[in-house]
Amino acid sequence: MLNLTPDEWTAVELSLRIAVVATVVSLPFGIAIAWLLARKDFWGKALLDGVVHLPLVLPPVVTGYLLLITFGRKGLVGAFLADLGIVFSFRWTGAALACGVMAFPLLVRAIRLSFEAIDRRLEDAASTLGASGPWAFLTVTLPLALPGVIAGMVLAFAKALGEFGATITFVSNIPGETQTLSAAIYTFTQIPNGDAAAMRLVIIAIVIALAALVASEWFARRAGMRYHGD
Amino acid sequence: MIPKSGDRFSDKIMLQKSMLLVDVEKRLGEFQVAAKFETAGGATALFGPSGAGKTSIVSMIGGLLTPDRGRIALDDTVLFDSATRTDVPAHRRRIGTVFQEGRLFPHMTVARNLDYGRWMSGLAADPAEQDRIVDLLDIGALLERRPGRLSGGERQRVAIGRALLMKPRLLLLDEPLASLDRARKQEILPYLARLRDDAKVPMIYVSHQAGEIQRLCSQVVRIEDGQVAATGGLKLLDEARS
Repeated sequence: MLNLTPDEWTAVELSLRIAVVATVVSLPFGIAIAWLLARKDFWGKALLDGVVHLPLVLPPVVTGYLLLITFGRKGLVGAFLADLGIVFSFRWTGAALACGVMAFPLLVRAIRLSFEAIDRRLEDAASTLGASGPWAFLTVTLPLALPGVIAGMVLAFAKALGEFGATITFVSNIPGETQTLSAAIYTFTQIPNGDAAAMRLVIIAIVIALAALVASEWFARRAGMRYHGD
Repeated sequence: MIPKSGDRFSDKIMLQKSMLLVDVEKRLGEFQVAAKFETAGGATALFGPSGAGKTSIVSMIGGLLTPDRGRIALDDTVLFDSATRTDVPAHRRRIGTVFQEGRLFPHMTVARNLDYGRWMSGLAADPAEQDRIVDLLDIGALLERRPGRLSGGERQRVAIGRALLMKPRLLLLDEPLASLDRARKQEILPYLARLRDDAKVPMIYVSHQAGEIQRLCSQVVRIEDGQVAATGGLKLLDEARS
């Protein structure tokens, strides 16, 4: 049953690569924005919060189209980046960008909540012991927020793996370049006798999703043990 | 209220070089703190009822709260001066603080908690000093544990050790026994007395318990309603009772 054709393997491999890159690259931005939203009061905070959450509520096709007109070759940012040799449109990097944007609100929410749950008096204690702001963040805040950061990464990874609408709108559905697992399943369901291939990929998707859940449980428990056990 | 200075002890202070000078004003909502006092090393108590502003004053000395106006100086170093816009950040003041709730880092072992201040202050490792403080506070058996597995008294002893091991120029103890029951208090008090005699670090000891102060301090600054009501020797404690 699970004898995947090379094309199907390519779709699986591409999906994993896109989801991993989208999660890892958006992580530092996610941590920075979550920290800003959790700890700082500034002009435009509500606006930033709204923009970050927009992909969660907008139809994915709209997000994909906005990405297309912004990061496409003729787009405002896309034309500039193309001069620097960075191209998103119809490349797997564009798929990673679309997945990263779609997953971003989930990443930021989880990390922000864990920042807000940290006792800030511990950061005060760190500063009386000689830790400057960035050091206190790296040695106290971030380690204590680790379970939330892991939860956010797993959510973002899952979202990125399953992203469909924004990706297909922005970078289309090109086998070997932008055809992810979801897009491949969709394609197989649209052609005659594609059911077996679609089912094989569905099983792969379930296995990956379960593995991600188990891994996150394991990491979260390990991180949690560090605070309560000895 | 004008601080009393007729007391023989405070006359003696005047002749010595001033160690810590505090003259701060801070508005906190409806509450106004306006405190001025000097201490001359050793152990000084900030004594007064709950809500009198003792913790606010200590936070300003440590750099965790910024005064609206005033001046704080430790020996020759100006830590805060609103006139010259000087404000040394907390992490560069080298003032150790022991908080009421300990505030140990829950994700680090006791050993790493103890070493944190030395590490962050960029001091060279000093195993002899570390051993001395660990012995002084009897926390050698706890080093590999995490704070979640310590009793309240153990936690406070580790917090005291952590503050001492950054080699502070001044140690602030903000009601360090308030969260402990009577038996635990009796357990910690001898360590604090040893600390005062052996560690030779000047201490500001915040408490509303006259008994603790009697055990540890030689000078008293009485705080009432955000202001210094009196400064002097231990007999101020008796006046407060009557």
